[in-house]
Amino acid sequence: MDFREFLKSNTVYLDGGMGTLLQKRGLLPGELPERRGVTHPEDVIEIHREYFQAGSNVVSTNTFGANSLKLDDEELEIIIKAAVDNARIARDTSGTDGEKFIALDIGPTGRMLSPLGDLDFEEAVEVFAKTVRLGVKYGVDLIIIETMNDSYETKAALLAAKENSSLPVIVTNAYGEDGKLMTGATPAAMVAMLEGMGADAIGANCSLGPKQLTGVIRELLRSASVPVVLKPNAGLPRYENGETVFDVTPEEFSSDISALMTEGVRVVGGCCGTTPEYISALVRETKNIKPAPLSDKNMTVVSSYTHAVAFGEKPVLIGERINPTGKKRFKQALLEKDIDYILTEAVNQEERGAHVLDVNVGLPEIDEREMLTLCIKELQAVTALPLQIDTSSPVAMESALRRYNGKAMVNSVNGKAESMAAVFPLVKKYGGVVVALTLDEGGIPSTAEGRVKIARKILREAERYGISKKDIIFDTLAMTISADTGAARVTLDALERISRELGCKTSLGVSNVSFGLPNRDTVNSTFFALALDRGLSCAIMNPYSAEMMKVYYAYKALSGLDEMCAEYIESAPEFTVSEPTVPASAGGVAQDFSSELQRAIIKGFKEKAAEITAELLKQVKPLDIVNGEIIPALNTVGVGFEKKTVYLPQLLTSAEAAKSAFECIKSFMAKDGESDVKIGSVVIATVHGDIHDIGKNIVKLLLENYGFKVTDLGKDVPPEKVAEAVKNEKAQLLGLSALMTTTVPAMEKTIELVRSTSHDCKIVVGGAVLTEEYAKMIGADKYAADAMETVRYAESVCK
Amino acid sequence: MTGVSVTSVELPEVCVSEVMRYAGYRSADECAEREIMSCIEEASDIFSSRVAYAELDVRIDGEICDFGLFSVKSAALAKNLKGSRQAVVFAATAGVGIDRLITRYSRLSPSRSVLFQAIGTERVEALCDAFCNEYARDRGVALKHRFSPGYADLSLDTQREIFKILDCKRKIGVSLNESLLMSPSKSVTAFVGIK
Repeated sequence: MDFREFLKSNTVYLDGGMGTLLQKRGLLPGELPERRGVTHPEDVIEIHREYFQAGSNVVSTNTFGANSLKLDDEELEIIIKAAVDNARIARDTSGTDGEKFIALDIGPTGRMLSPLGDLDFEEAVEVFAKTVRLGVKYGVDLIIIETMNDSYETKAALLAAKENSSLPVIVTNAYGEDGKLMTGATPAAMVAMLEGMGADAIGANCSLGPKQLTGVIRELLRSASVPVVLKPNAGLPRYENGETVFDVTPEEFSSDISALMTEGVRVVGGCCGTTPEYISALVRETKNIKPAPLSDKNMTVVSSYTHAVAFGEKPVLIGERINPTGKKRFKQALLEKDIDYILTEAVNQEERGAHVLDVNVGLPEIDEREMLTLCIKELQAVTALPLQIDTSSPVAMESALRRYNGKAMVNSVNGKAESMAAVFPLVKKYGGVVVALTLDEGGIPSTAEGRVKIARKILREAERYGISKKDIIFDTLAMTISADTGAARVTLDALERISRELGCKTSLGVSNVSFGLPNRDTVNSTFFALALDRGLSCAIMNPYSAEMMKVYYAYKALSGLDEMCAEYIESAPEFTVSEPTVPASAGGVAQDFSSELQRAIIKGFKEKAAEITAELLKQVKPLDIVNGEIIPALNTVGVGFEKKTVYLPQLLTSAEAAKSAFECIKSFMAKDGESDVKIGSVVIATVHGDIHDIGKNIVKLLLENYGFKVTDLGKDVPPEKVAEAVKNEKAQLLGLSALMTTTVPAMEKTIELVRSTSHDCKIVVGGAVLTEEYAKMIGADKYAADAMETVRYAESVCK
Repeated sequence: MTGVSVTSVELPEVCVSEVMRYAGYRSADECAEREIMSCIEEASDIFSSRVAYAELDVRIDGEICDFGLFSVKSAALAKNLKGSRQAVVFAATAGVGIDRLITRYSRLSPSRSVLFQAIGTERVEALCDAFCNEYARDRGVALKHRFSPGYADLSLDTQREIFKILDCKRKIGVSLNESLLMSPSKSVTAFVGIK
């Protein structure tokens, strides 16, 4: 029987531990257990056979750590071939009845994925792909991805399995005592991502005993539509008289699991410390429990690397600010690859209460695929909110979806055949909730009926790709009432009908409704309230708008979605109208403000620095503020730092305050179409193999403060990329950072390459392991002990 | 060698003066102190305190420390372990949460990032101390000062041996990257001689 067929209507018994049993047969600590399949095949066969005889339907090959990071390609193939052979021999000689399958076992790579570690996502996918291809070649029946404690690595493994086989895949994660993965994901978040990508069964294994996993399993059962898997340890290991003992007996183990099977768990087995004895006890105890029927939970859910956001009960707010449309300052940030600006928009929207962030970085002048992928990567380092990937380019969409650590929202598809053919395959492959616009080749229908008709068409087409309606959110297109006063009514009618008749979730880009009208906030928020009342599930909106946020909180309180009106009350002070604060020295001469700005920067008051700058800009030229106020203030702090009367954190808070003043000046100048004047071009990077960027980021911040144009290449940057950037940016100075002795050679190589392509560029190096002498040896022009010294050097170079 | 055990250790309160020391402050005004306290508050519930450890027999022969399963050449470690017949080898981690904060603020506010670095260092050091104290107290033994790869002449390569033995990735979620540094970054491995 096919495994998928078997899984549909049966309880599936997996096997138990392998490591502890091999240790009893002589495996030494530190030895790779996978090699035993080649050196001691009889031991491995015996263990597999005992599991089949105990009643396991599936045994996992002895390939947990068999990957190309630990083994060379030749040995990898030998080990996987032997592992599959051993399992097959065990199956053929087990002599008992029942369905028996062989699963290719895949554990973590052993390395941590970027940004927390140094393994690139695509590299991880390729590592898993090699193992998968060999498993397929030698004929396994299914794949088990297990003991993963990082959602990103889990995604890489599942993607590799899906791209290189059509086999069923079971995915189980190792949850901690806090009920989350080590990298923070909840069970519901894992279900959203893994179901979206097409896992056949999802669950928990390892780390804890069955009792401690109860909470995790219940959350999995609540969220998963596919079978739930439980493969716990035999409790916790202890050492007694030189022997490892586990504190849960086979009987207790079986009865604990049995209880959870009656709650719906369908696939069971054991992990560390469990033996064939545990499995036979488990089979005995539970063989009469009828497998719980599967039910589609029918939930519309997106997720990030920490949590899931469900659509339905409470309205979901999607922040619209990461989008260049109509925003000069944002366009400038994109052109300058000023990622920090975009990251700040993300964090601000999160603080204002957005639940999901829309990410649109499309501009005709830039490579959207590269930019969107970079932003998705960087955004995931600063915010835990799920992201909505907003692009009309399928290439950019795929690249971003691949890198996204969770189940993303996708913006958007529409009723045009071309759009559906481009977007649906991506949603099917990577998972996602897609926003569907009710328009097609014929344009936007002017009636509600016309839009509902397109919605039906989109649903039919989605179904052909295997995308169910829970993963589609319809946008019935808000259009400005200044052109047609009936426009809002049609949008709302269509929205209500789609929600009622089709049972689908809905979304609106609320702000469009008021285009061309004064006091747009009032129109938008009233429209928002009307739409919520007609069943709107989410809105793409501006979280900075107090009117919109007030409606959101008030609506929840009025609809009984806010227990004791707690959130409404908590939000109230934020929106209380107060008299505009008049700066103490308002009306005074500019000179008064100036020293105040210097004081604010020296003291490190970010908000105040911005406020004063905004006020100053009304009277003083931007460049005069920079040269007359900001730079002198920074110099005061810089000199203090050099004299060691100011400490690093203080230097940095001042730099941040200066940055917020600069930000003010930049938006002011962008509005006037002026571009600010830079005093020199500097490229900085942490060298290849090194993932430490704190020092480099500090240098960047200070250089920017002093008016340099800084191109930050990030960390772990290959020499070629550095050389290319130095050339393209016509850099006068290159700053390289390395923290570890092991990466100094990479620095040397980078310097060599840059010297051969850009003769005039000076090179400054820094980092914990470097010294004046070392810097000379590897061919740098300058060693800078700290960020201030780099700034001083940059000033001398760019004079 | 004994098998690998895993334990969680209760940590004392964050020591503010240690955090200041790691952050490079020699003194702090009210403003700086407020910032430090707000970082400590933000990081209050993100730490884990997991330790994987095993006991090893050790024989010292000149500069060679022979642990049975592997041996290490280091005069400084040999000196440290001199007279001990057994040593504990452990890996401790303050968890991945602090790395997320450090990364997040390295883009948004490097000054806070530096403070989170310092808090993370303080926490993992406190964890190591708490583990060693608890170990000594529970077993009624005295321990020497802990000694980590990278100290003096003890090569960072020793990390590979420690990771093999302790199975750190699976046991406590710590992995070793290509350049022999650990993720989560606020993790420590060390040998401790039993007196």
